[in-house]
Amino acid sequence: MKKLLAMGVGLATLAGAATVSVPAMAEDSLYLPSLSYRTGAYAGGGIPIANGYADYFAMLNARDGGIGGVKVVVEECETGYKAAKGVECYESTKGKGALVYNPYSTGITLQLIPKAPVDKIPVLSMGYGLSAVGVGEKFPWTFNYPAGYWSQMSSILKYIDSQGDGIKGKKIGYIYLDVGYGKEPIPLLETLSKSMGFTLLKYPVAGKEMQTQSSHWLKVRKDRPDWMVMWGWGAMNSTAIKEAIKIRFPLNKFIGNWWSGAHADLRPIGAAGKGYLSANFSGVGTSFPALQDVIKYVVDKGDSKVKSKDLVGDVLYNRGLFNAVIVAEAIRAAQKLTGKKVITGADMRDGLEAFDLSTARLKELGLEGFTAPIKASCADHEGGGSIFLQQWNGSDWKKVSDQIAPMTDLVKPLLKAAADKYTADKPDWKTQTCK
Amino acid sequence: MFYRETGQFKTTYEADSAVFPILQDRIGIAAMLVFMFVVVPLFANDFVINAIMIPFLIFALAAIGLNILTGYTGQISLGTGAFMGVGAYACYKLTSIFPDVSIIVMVLTSGFFSALVGVIFGLPSLRIKGFYLVVTTLAAQFFLEWAFIRIPWLYNYNDSGAIEVPARSSFGVIITGASATPTARYMVVLCIVVAMTWIASNLIRGRIGRSWMMIRDMDIAAELMGVRPLYAKLSAFAVSSFYAGVAGAMMVFFWLGAAEVESFNSDNSFLILFMVILGGLGSIMGAYMGAAFIWILPILLRAAPEFFGIDVGADTMEHINFMIIGALIIFFLIVEPHGLAKLWQIAKEKLRTWPFPYA
Repeated sequence: MKKLLAMGVGLATLAGAATVSVPAMAEDSLYLPSLSYRTGAYAGGGIPIANGYADYFAMLNARDGGIGGVKVVVEECETGYKAAKGVECYESTKGKGALVYNPYSTGITLQLIPKAPVDKIPVLSMGYGLSAVGVGEKFPWTFNYPAGYWSQMSSILKYIDSQGDGIKGKKIGYIYLDVGYGKEPIPLLETLSKSMGFTLLKYPVAGKEMQTQSSHWLKVRKDRPDWMVMWGWGAMNSTAIKEAIKIRFPLNKFIGNWWSGAHADLRPIGAAGKGYLSANFSGVGTSFPALQDVIKYVVDKGDSKVKSKDLVGDVLYNRGLFNAVIVAEAIRAAQKLTGKKVITGADMRDGLEAFDLSTARLKELGLEGFTAPIKASCADHEGGGSIFLQQWNGSDWKKVSDQIAPMTDLVKPLLKAAADKYTADKPDWKTQTCK
Repeated sequence: MFYRETGQFKTTYEADSAVFPILQDRIGIAAMLVFMFVVVPLFANDFVINAIMIPFLIFALAAIGLNILTGYTGQISLGTGAFMGVGAYACYKLTSIFPDVSIIVMVLTSGFFSALVGVIFGLPSLRIKGFYLVVTTLAAQFFLEWAFIRIPWLYNYNDSGAIEVPARSSFGVIITGASATPTARYMVVLCIVVAMTWIASNLIRGRIGRSWMMIRDMDIAAELMGVRPLYAKLSAFAVSSFYAGVAGAMMVFFWLGAAEVESFNSDNSFLILFMVILGGLGSIMGAYMGAAFIWILPILLRAAPEFFGIDVGADTMEHINFMIIGALIIFFLIVEPHGLAKLWQIAKEKLRTWPFPYA
């Protein structure tokens, strides 16, 4: 009897859960799903991104009553950085009138790229995902403002070239997470090593070795590269910097990409990490009027999920916020193009393509100097953004370089080739022709 | 472990040895098949088909595969995720090399590659047992993951390092890639899973299955009675990996659409092992129940607060979800260590005689 009763309780729980269904969203709003990862191994990076994204829209709702008079609804869906969960989130939210997806994981991005043209919802992978999607003719539904990984790498190399006696004849070590994300820049590095005349040394770090990099850095010590460039994420970043300190590698010759230079990576290292450089494209700190508005309208009122006010303005918080700025501006552009207040995913695509974030517009938004101007076109889905370098001063990040434009002339042909390769075995892939 | 249900009087040998000796079971299975083949494709929306039904069926198939090895033959394996990966990468290579051959044929063929790899990594099982075997299968997991990253030929030298599914059609209908309708993909998956379940249940009822179970129950006695451990164990590894491989190929081609090595990591192996243990070791029905419990229940739980109009953050819900699922796993395993399948069997037996069990 006891067993039956217990069984009944269990089955009742199951049955209760089984009757749940998903209600529809209100019609007159702009619905933006946010694929966040506040749990799992990468939560340290996922939380500030999701906060920044949500807070900017909360600020627009509170200050301006939304965009063009229409409220923005941001719904988070937890992916835990897992591709399968990301697809589940996509399926569960796409029917509610989703305007754009920001997958925040290369794995999820790759799965959404082919779905975007079918469901008519654009994908904006801001500074991650497939570099080749910058070619608008081949990828009408995918965008990666303000720059792809290849552009970023070319800017970093340009920075190295501008320091001391240039890059020619130097040894550049490339330490990377040994997955698609870390391997992507290698073709570019190999091409540029010939044209720019440097020696490339590769140090792949497997996902499981993220926190045990002693052997990699022993090798670095033996090879004595002049510069180190890192494509890391999560626990890999702080481990690499600690190991670099251990072998006394000069940190001001160690450059991380824009996913390897967050506050969360350097805070545990503190003063010892002084001098470490990283790329970035979204301003640091809260000195921008737009961020002051976020603090005033959202954070101070307790409507934000940030644990403390000090975390506003963190590198990744501002990254999430910048993502929201791009989406908001694209919505504005789409509203202007269509004359409608409430837009669809297809309108949003046109809005993203007509995207123009000029210096003047940045100033209007209260983000002067936050990032370089971005202007997209039908053919250019990368937007021609620039990156700058920031340096850890022992307690905070400081911008140390001007905006460095990527070597577009070198990157573009490679992007074209990669885009062709992607579509080569997909005969029914939908492309567009640009004037 | 699981014995055949009795209690209904039979008059012929044929009726007595039927797959489903109980009338209610036959009706239940028929109703279930009608539901899966007719009701779901006609009435379910994209989300239900894409995010619930297709993954559920694929995981159930993988769980049947692991159940053959762990539940029926008693060889614990933590390499299922990697064997699924072998199937997926094999299918990807096959369809790139032979683009004109039907993708369904390729999915099934890729199972043979997985079976071969499974047999190779199953060889240590002839000498070692239990936890030691777990370690060697875990080695298979790590080795294969490494291979999927370091052998660029496997993913056609894509810059992204991922395998991306091309559009393929069969009988004039596009069944893979993003342009395939969810219903088309669902029907293909359902047909394959149902057919392979039927084959598995027959394998288990036959000579091969009995030799597996003898090995599980006592290998020395089985050997003395003429069961050759070499054939029995390796055939279990082969069949199990075949199922895992087909499930892996279907996972990429009919569900995810693109996959990195991450999709086949050890988390996946554990997930499927939990499905098998929770559903019931040595029960095909249990594989379905375990897959439903581990895959469908969290999705429903996640939708619950919105349904009741409670505002809970996505992350908080995820944490609550972990706790509820964890607690339910412990609860069900305490109530019935043989898993959900056994619970279901007990419930059926009691309900058949209800309300007068001693009449």
